[in-house]
Amino acid sequence: MTTNQEHSIPLWRDERFWRIVLQVLAVVVVVSVISLLWHNLTVNLNRQGMEFGFDFLDTQASFAIQESLIPYDPAKDNYARVLLAGLLNTIRVIIPGIVLATLLGITVGVASFSENWLLRKGSEVYVEIIRNIPLLLQLYFWYRAVFTQFPNPDSRFVWFDSIYLSNRGVFMPWPAMTWNLLAWVVVIVVGAIAALLVWKWRTKIMVEGGQSGKPQMYALYGIAIAAVLIVIFALGWQAPTEPDPGVFQGGLRLSIEFSALVTGLVVYTAAYIAEIVRAGIQSVAKGQWEAARSLGLKPGLVMRLVVFPQALRVMIPPLNSQYMNLAKNSSLAIAIGYVDIYSVANTTYNQSGRPVEVMLIIMVTYLIINILITIVMNVLNRVSQLKER
Amino acid sequence: MLKWGSLLTATALLVAPITSCASADSPSGSTDGEAGTVATNSRLDQVKERGTLICGVDGGIPGFSFVNESGEYSGIDVDVCRAVAAAVLGDPEAVEYRNLDSTERFTALSGGEVDMLSRNTTWTINRDTEVGLEFAPTTFYDGQGMLVRADGELETLEDFAGKAVCVEAGTTTELNLTDNLREAGVEDQVEVVTFQQADPAYAAYAEGRCEGMTSDKSQLIGRRSTLPNPDDHVLMDVTMSKEPLGPVTINNDSEWFDVVKWVTYGLIEAEELGIEQGNIAEQQASEDPTIRRFLGEEGNLGEGLGLDNNFMAIVVENVGNYGEIYDRNLGADSEFNLDRGQNDLWTRGGLLYSPPFR
Repeated sequence: MTTNQEHSIPLWRDERFWRIVLQVLAVVVVVSVISLLWHNLTVNLNRQGMEFGFDFLDTQASFAIQESLIPYDPAKDNYARVLLAGLLNTIRVIIPGIVLATLLGITVGVASFSENWLLRKGSEVYVEIIRNIPLLLQLYFWYRAVFTQFPNPDSRFVWFDSIYLSNRGVFMPWPAMTWNLLAWVVVIVVGAIAALLVWKWRTKIMVEGGQSGKPQMYALYGIAIAAVLIVIFALGWQAPTEPDPGVFQGGLRLSIEFSALVTGLVVYTAAYIAEIVRAGIQSVAKGQWEAARSLGLKPGLVMRLVVFPQALRVMIPPLNSQYMNLAKNSSLAIAIGYVDIYSVANTTYNQSGRPVEVMLIIMVTYLIINILITIVMNVLNRVSQLKER
Repeated sequence: MLKWGSLLTATALLVAPITSCASADSPSGSTDGEAGTVATNSRLDQVKERGTLICGVDGGIPGFSFVNESGEYSGIDVDVCRAVAAAVLGDPEAVEYRNLDSTERFTALSGGEVDMLSRNTTWTINRDTEVGLEFAPTTFYDGQGMLVRADGELETLEDFAGKAVCVEAGTTTELNLTDNLREAGVEDQVEVVTFQQADPAYAAYAEGRCEGMTSDKSQLIGRRSTLPNPDDHVLMDVTMSKEPLGPVTINNDSEWFDVVKWVTYGLIEAEELGIEQGNIAEQQASEDPTIRRFLGEEGNLGEGLGLDNNFMAIVVENVGNYGEIYDRNLGADSEFNLDRGQNDLWTRGGLLYSPPFR
């Protein structure tokens, strides 16, 4: 009976059949589009007597770049090395960019709920102005109208003989890069984890055991004082010195190109993050606010302890795309002379005549950066979700 | 079933433009590998068919290629485009200009977006081989210079220790600068600030971000006239490199390359033969066999290039010879009043020399 029934269905009405056919069709379409493009590419390259390949990465780059986190010598190093230097410069923008944009965005977003009229309106005006102006224009503004207008090196600002500010950039004290520094950073991280555990334990025994928690508090003070001492004395802070006029050694140097790019990206992205924060906070039920207030919490505590943690759940997925946008927008660096990966790649393909290969490298690089951001944000998302027990 | 049906339609709609786009790309922008098509589909045929020449220029360098307020192009590079258009299409105005910055120019050329570059491009072995270009004869012999403020503080490259230099990305100057700083022993102490486009680079220099701006000398002279106070800036007395600038075409299209090459030589030869815009009619009646051949009054020099035999007569009549082009844009009749120097005929001690037209 059953077999009879199966046979009675014609093939074209069998859903399983169509599923397979459509999948096969999709694969065929994708493969043929890719092979068509590939064919086009190889034919065109052949016509110009060129071959697809990545051998050029090992040839001497021979162009100087303005700043690099790794030693780079144009006389000796190859294209692969200069691309790596560019990538590090990009990451150097993305990480502080994301952190600062988040801080500024949350501040502005929370301010839009403030009872203070000036704060509330200020946040509104900021968001509306920034969101309505293209980022490239804003970068030009920061670079041309703000940072290049800093005083010339001759009339630069100097504070405490160790912080210099001019239109070359900001020079400030910074820990010297040694193994010693790394060891102390590890110590600080371990200390922070220990402090966190002590804090949790203290809360637990205070709530469950009704103890005072004083001894634990002293332990926390101890950790904090030790940490401050380490940061001040053990990290090996180095003030920038100037052996020859204009030539600086040691310390941290933030070029005005870097500063303009980070400022522009942070201010721009923060406007979007502020809106995400506002949406997240508005998504928290009104009853939560009222309940928190009726417990007698102050407005600041209502936000910090009750509303914001709940808003966070709604905020993380859209935040992810803003972080990805920031990472991608960092490629506008080239407009204001900062040497990020895109800028370096641009010069590389121009000098080596390998646009297709270099563009592939760039695309894969940005893809990987964004996948990494997404992975981190997915972990955060999972942690912040409601735990169903 | 309805769901699958709509999915199929969606996929088809999505894919159709991609495939049609890709297949349409092959005949127009490029040649397919199929037998026979390569030989007939030279850029020359495409230009004739289209009726206009698409010429890649800079568009921002007075004297070389510059757009004025009414949108008209002028300059020595522009006149080379006009000469090629006159030779191929009989009309010097049948040119469509594309402004290209230094990093996009080669991709635009090899991608088929422009037919030729006439965009102060330096002839180097690497570009000729690795990048896959063909260089037509040099139309301007230049050298790399350095523009600095006229306060006398910076006189040699060694003085640049602790200073910054602005440069345009993707240029030979970017590479030469690195080499020259190395030679001067100050490569670690000079900050090189690279911009993708010329305008932001010169703006950064003007605003004091850099103490020096480096590029080809001719370009610096042209650009200086667009700075806020041109007299506050001088060229440092240093030449960092050889910069032979000329038109460029794509590799492996010798038919088209020959046309651009011989039209460029023709401009030089015309000056040597004394053929000018003003006296072309007299010259056409000349008895001199060299001149008669050159102007297509006898012989069939144009035929081999796939052009009319009198192509150089049309070019000179409309655009003038090299000397006239130079005087008009850079020399005595221009605001720059540049000496011919190396860019004079070999007979007068310069470097311009055309192989014989016969």
